[in-house]
Amino acid sequence: MELLSGADMLIRSLQDQGIEYIYGYPGGAALHIYDALFRQDEVKHILVRHEQAAVHMADGYARATGMPGTVLVTSGPGATNTITGIATAFMDSIPMVVLCGQVASTLIGEDAFQETDMMGVSRPVVKHNLSVRHPSEIPEIIRKAYYIASTGRPGPVVVDIPKDMTAPNERFEYAYPKKVKLRSYNPAIRGHAGQIKKAVDMMLAARRPVIYAGGGVILGKASSQLTELVRKLGYPITNTLMGIGCYPASDKQHLGWLGMHGTYEANMAMHHSDLILAVGARFDDRVTNATEKFCPGARIIHIDIDPASISKTIDADVPIVGPVDAVLKEMLALVKDSKKEPDAEALASWWKQIEEWRAFHGMRYETSPDVIKPQEVVEMLHRLTNGDAFVTSDVGQHQMFAAQYYKFDKPNRWINSGGLGTMGFGLPAAMGIALTHPDDEVLCITGEGSIQMNIQELSTCNQYKLPVKIINLNNQALGMVKQWQDMNYESRHSHSYMESLPDFIKLAEAYGHVGIRIDRKEDLEPKLKEALAMKDRLVFVDIQVDRFEHVYPMQVARGCMKDMWLSKTERV
Amino acid sequence: MRRIISVLLENEPGALSRVVGLFSQRNYNIETLTVAPTEDETLSRLTVTTTGPDRVIEQITKQLNKLVEVVKLVDLTEGPHIERELMLIKLKATGSQRAEIKRTVDIFRGQIVDVTSSVYTVQLAGASDKLDGFVQAIGTSGVLEVVRSGISGIARGEKVLSL
Repeated sequence: MELLSGADMLIRSLQDQGIEYIYGYPGGAALHIYDALFRQDEVKHILVRHEQAAVHMADGYARATGMPGTVLVTSGPGATNTITGIATAFMDSIPMVVLCGQVASTLIGEDAFQETDMMGVSRPVVKHNLSVRHPSEIPEIIRKAYYIASTGRPGPVVVDIPKDMTAPNERFEYAYPKKVKLRSYNPAIRGHAGQIKKAVDMMLAARRPVIYAGGGVILGKASSQLTELVRKLGYPITNTLMGIGCYPASDKQHLGWLGMHGTYEANMAMHHSDLILAVGARFDDRVTNATEKFCPGARIIHIDIDPASISKTIDADVPIVGPVDAVLKEMLALVKDSKKEPDAEALASWWKQIEEWRAFHGMRYETSPDVIKPQEVVEMLHRLTNGDAFVTSDVGQHQMFAAQYYKFDKPNRWINSGGLGTMGFGLPAAMGIALTHPDDEVLCITGEGSIQMNIQELSTCNQYKLPVKIINLNNQALGMVKQWQDMNYESRHSHSYMESLPDFIKLAEAYGHVGIRIDRKEDLEPKLKEALAMKDRLVFVDIQVDRFEHVYPMQVARGCMKDMWLSKTERV
Repeated sequence: MRRIISVLLENEPGALSRVVGLFSQRNYNIETLTVAPTEDETLSRLTVTTTGPDRVIEQITKQLNKLVEVVKLVDLTEGPHIERELMLIKLKATGSQRAEIKRTVDIFRGQIVDVTSSVYTVQLAGASDKLDGFVQAIGTSGVLEVVRSGISGIARGEKVLSL
């Protein structure tokens, strides 16, 4: 067997795990590892400008590909800077391995230079974390980390590596384990057959059914199974913000997404349904509104790989723990074999009702002859990119507009921080995608508040020639904060106004990119086309949009699903 | 309702902190907690008592099960079980108090495990309410120091919590 140092074993393990890119930033405790990295060229390292961005890059890559992302940082501040990124991935169940240097094991606990208890600091925001206690354990730990990160309900795994574990002068036998077995970790591999049968019987007997799909469908690579089942049944489907793209948005059975800023018809259909089939969704507070008033007439079937997601906030009548793809496949087979058919008459009158709701409101906004509306920018981008771009976003109004008006027909294309709501996510996430998808259009739809939270990454984009198109919906305010202040605080705009904004065009140029400013409506289309035509350049498009726009629909706080504001003055 | 959840977890550094951290980060209540390695040294047995509505208890068991290092767990209060807590209590014992304390200790089936001219140290094991009863019977004025182990429990009959 080969003899390798801990650092070389770590890099070899990454190679054997099939890792192509890692994102990171060097520092004292990680220098042995960086030296091992230098002496090979299989694993490519992308140097960011702030560790948080490295994690979002790995995250964007993971969301677009379904493969775990990898991060490498040093101890202390390097490690603590990753925390927001790790928490972002944790809330959205994104598979990821974060390798952190640590001070030498002999120094741990002595408040050594750049020492932080990363095991303790990261514990509440990781799926699991592992610490290396002997260099020979490294291959097994790395194998375990990727296994845990990417199986069951995925999530980030941190590996803490004291510097002496990677010392170059000590060598050990290297072998990468083929298999991992953990007696205490056995994610479900199929759903309970009896429960699935019961669920299908209920589904076929329903009169006002609705399918409510979440990010779990995308993470579980079950879009095709879901689409087939939904089409076979002919039932309406809505999805969460995280589930966008799990079912084609352009399909007539699709009601748009649901919840706080969901469509009128999706929220109405949920509220009036008699059966909800929840697939890989978690009844989060941005979906349910007041839980005690949630969908009073509905019985609930809930499929999820994570038992803790079931009956956490809303009780399930039929819980099914298992991977969504396998469960949906079994459901489809049962539906096909069943002698029973959905009640055609009931379904027709249910659809008639839904079409009335759709006609009553649907997705719409008021246009203006001279002011650029953020929604129209998104609609235009959808048209100009044939609905086929990867779209990342930051957090706030622009995020909601992007999700509402860019109609995604494919999974893994809408990339946003849904659970944690991390401003500063969009640009680095887009970079992670642009790096590995050179032939695809990658848009970062952002706002002038969010983009400044990781603006330093324009430098990384220059180094690696990442042709992200940054679409800055600039309303000169923290728009969503301002909207809430308008609605709940009598328009007292406490600290939501962005004074002294930089000249984004000059800023982009200073980093070696192209900047385009759009402030006249007639320039919107030609200048967006111009930006999109620059295939190999990063273009920062700074668009002056309506400063007073609000996101609608918006659910009325503490109401039920159907209580919504449809505009500044219309409430239903 | 009070619940006793008994957990087998990997005997690894940091495993206990994950369990304790879970309770604080999800706002669950811990009343008592005991932990020690089992006859299989790779496993620890942890017993936690908590209170909460059924929905919360269900979440606690699910969230505990989700921890990668938790191997198995059981809610002992779901079936017949035996629970015990150990108390060591130091009591002021002078003059006529000495005989009175001795009588009370015998009634509660405790033992005096250390004696000085003015102090008795009493050991008492049993369900938590028995220990409470003893302290009440003695009266708090005579109590110098109390240490309680927290609850350990085991299911009655054939049922076992093991690999």
